[in-house]
Amino acid sequence: MHSKTLEQKLAILSDAAKYDASCASSGGTRRDSRDGKGIGSTTGSGICHAYAPDGRCISLLKILMTNFCIYDCAYCVNRVSSNVERARFAPEEVVHLTLEFYRRNYIEGLFLSSGIIRSPDDTMADMVRIVRSLRQEHHFRGYIHLKTIPDADPKLIEEAGLYADRLSINVELPTDRAVQDYAPEKSPDRIRKAMADVRLLKEGATERSHTGRRPPKFAPAGQSTQMIVGADGASDATILTSSTRLYSSYKLKRVYYSAFSPIPDATAKLPLVKPPLIREHRLYQADWLMRFYGFDVQEITANRSDGNLDLEIDPKLAWALANRALFPVDVNHAQKEVLLRVPGFGTKTVQRILASRRHRTLRYDDLKRMGANLKNAKPFIHALDWTPRRLTDSHDLRARFAPPPEQLSLF
Amino acid sequence: MYRVTLPTVGTFTAWRDAARALLSAGVAPGEVLWSHGQAGDDLFAAETALPRGDRPVTATKTFLQLANLVAWHSDPERFGRLYAALHALQSDRRLLEDRADPRVDRLNRLAKEVGRDKHKMTAFVRFREITPDGANRRAFAAWFEPSHYITEPTAPFFAKRFGDMDWSIATPHLTAHFDGTLTFSDGEAKPPLPDDATEDLWRTYFRSIFNPARLKPKAMQAEMPKKYWKNMPEATLIPEMIATARSRAAEMAAKAPTLAPARAAPILDRLHAAQSEKLQSQDQFLTALQGCRRCPLWENATQPVPGEGPLDAALMFVGEQPGDTEDLTGRPFAGPAGQVFETALARAGIDRAQVYVTNAVKHFKFTPRGKRRLHQNPARAEIQHCKWWLDLEVERVRPALMVALGGTALESLTGSREGLLKRRGRIEETHEGIPLLITVHPSYILRMPDPGLRDEETQRFQADMALARAAVGAGQPPQPRPFRSPDRP
Repeated sequence: MHSKTLEQKLAILSDAAKYDASCASSGGTRRDSRDGKGIGSTTGSGICHAYAPDGRCISLLKILMTNFCIYDCAYCVNRVSSNVERARFAPEEVVHLTLEFYRRNYIEGLFLSSGIIRSPDDTMADMVRIVRSLRQEHHFRGYIHLKTIPDADPKLIEEAGLYADRLSINVELPTDRAVQDYAPEKSPDRIRKAMADVRLLKEGATERSHTGRRPPKFAPAGQSTQMIVGADGASDATILTSSTRLYSSYKLKRVYYSAFSPIPDATAKLPLVKPPLIREHRLYQADWLMRFYGFDVQEITANRSDGNLDLEIDPKLAWALANRALFPVDVNHAQKEVLLRVPGFGTKTVQRILASRRHRTLRYDDLKRMGANLKNAKPFIHALDWTPRRLTDSHDLRARFAPPPEQLSLF
Repeated sequence: MYRVTLPTVGTFTAWRDAARALLSAGVAPGEVLWSHGQAGDDLFAAETALPRGDRPVTATKTFLQLANLVAWHSDPERFGRLYAALHALQSDRRLLEDRADPRVDRLNRLAKEVGRDKHKMTAFVRFREITPDGANRRAFAAWFEPSHYITEPTAPFFAKRFGDMDWSIATPHLTAHFDGTLTFSDGEAKPPLPDDATEDLWRTYFRSIFNPARLKPKAMQAEMPKKYWKNMPEATLIPEMIATARSRAAEMAAKAPTLAPARAAPILDRLHAAQSEKLQSQDQFLTALQGCRRCPLWENATQPVPGEGPLDAALMFVGEQPGDTEDLTGRPFAGPAGQVFETALARAGIDRAQVYVTNAVKHFKFTPRGKRRLHQNPARAEIQHCKWWLDLEVERVRPALMVALGGTALESLTGSREGLLKRRGRIEETHEGIPLLITVHPSYILRMPDPGLRDEETQRFQADMALARAAVGAGQPPQPRPFRSPDRP
């Protein structure tokens, strides 16, 4: 059997990695290589070095160490029962690609994941070897995101956290039931325990020892996870409840939602219809509302009896339309918490409103300068020279925002 | 009329110095003509030495940050706008807070454009290797066309990032060089750069990481405008990737599932055998507890927290339920209340490793609140469902004395938590007839707001622990005594 070239391996192993949504390179400590003894820096905020035509940011070299896998997860292109072409990188090859891409300013760093070969421990040990080499032999100071294997020895995860900026463990699907059905070799219990371990290790690394020494930083950019949306029947309410639990329990930086995407050589187990990408987008919007705008799950998902979000309008607008009794609010007097709930006002707009209204009474045009989306906001606010009158309570208000109804196709 | 020409390198610092001098002499914004690079064409303004004055000039930190962006904009009036704003700032220190002010708004928009351009430069510069043979440092070069004069303020980013290599970035207005120190030379036309084989690998990556089933070219273009494409090696692939995406996705969906390769079945059989073997080698009690679905509390918790301690312990402590730390570690009394408990045990001369410690309810009940979990008391039904596990533990350990820590444990073991504080310190009897010492939960002590009261409660709790030790230490199981212990008034 002839061996594959580096380029062939790269094609196979990046193709296999593209279903992971996360490519963030933000958070963590600031480092640089001004001392001339290494390469790389992290600034705290990530950089997207390119965008693919799927609109996704390319910030990290996102690859699998290998796409050989002994697990059989129905939604995954790399499952053991798939006939996809297989490849495996040698550790030096991953190191080489990372450094050469980095030197040409193509990437912020490495996002390394892997199929499970032989055993979880063996696989994790190989991944740790790669990142250790990057950090210790090559003095690489760029960003490293490591997808950890939940069943691996906690000691390996502990070592991984010393080299990686971010660790992640995918919960895969919104409910334990779905994980058992679609990923029978994975255990939701162990996934949760692994996330708990990461949180404990990270918190443990902030406590000084009795001599006052600070322990080495553990995964300074925290941990994140990913959930596949639309492969099982979970409603948006179930999904968001599940992520609320994850945020509070394991201090996750992010929960990524990935609309289930058709994969080459899919199993018959999976639904044939692909979920609309807009669903993923609405979930992100709802996630943001919960984390930065003071909403809770019940409020966002109460509008519809099936517990799903409105696909036609964004969740904040949907909430405001369902709670019109609370509007319009006066931008010149309303409290921060109230302003944050106005559709079309972001957190920055609200900050600007609060600062500016100490200087003047705000008019409609002033709000435009502060970055408000007035098309959405105007039925819900009062300003010095603006009142929505009956607009707030008009019957056709929703129709002003929702896209026009489409005629069903006959074919 | 004053005329100030600012240099192409060090523009911002030069503007700041000139503005400070002009303002200290009280020069009004309309009396200054600013230009950049070579002297402008305004024949009426005379190039004059800057005036000297003694008025104090102040600028806020926010203003300087803003100015250090705006000064690099390509808007020819940027310096004048900044000077006018600085002039106004002298009488109104909080001017910049007012985002509704048109002057402030304009400056912020200019700053935003420069910030974006700088960010895109850090993202889209593409180096090619130009290392000469035999060099001990690798060398790279790039050509970039920014929209504003941002090469100088963005260059330090590259210096910090690529500390161990030589590099230069040429742009039409300025070229930055780095060989350990950062220097600048004049701008130049696009230099001929040699081909770099790594670009082919990068293009392979770009093509493969794209998911044709999620075509969103507008989202791509919003973040990576076409003006940058001509200097990015991967961008040449985009039109073809877009054109073939739909057919590739359709082809993928149309393909019938194939038969699994022959190696799949034996691999899965081996894996399943290993997994079930691992499960069987574990304590049956733990395996059963981990699968507990008797009440819905398992759904939100990380794991059930079983009791801990030797199965022949004479003393068994029963708490309420796991908290945040216990849920994560899987060990009972591992959090703040656990510390209070452990200290009290140690003071009473009880070795925690010699006693059995558990909870009435095995899963953590909480409500998520942002990044925290708020403890919730278990409901009666949950306590009753979980009694099954507590009973099993009691049967396994058969302690000489049990200690109920708090109301939930008391309710679980005796059926009622009523009058906890009155019953405290007494030894009652569980349903199974095991003597039961009653005391409070250590978190009750932690919740005491008053330090004096807290000390008092800590003392009483320690006394209860001492009582437990005395009771089992006597060598014979204590008799239930339905009265107060004599050492307490």
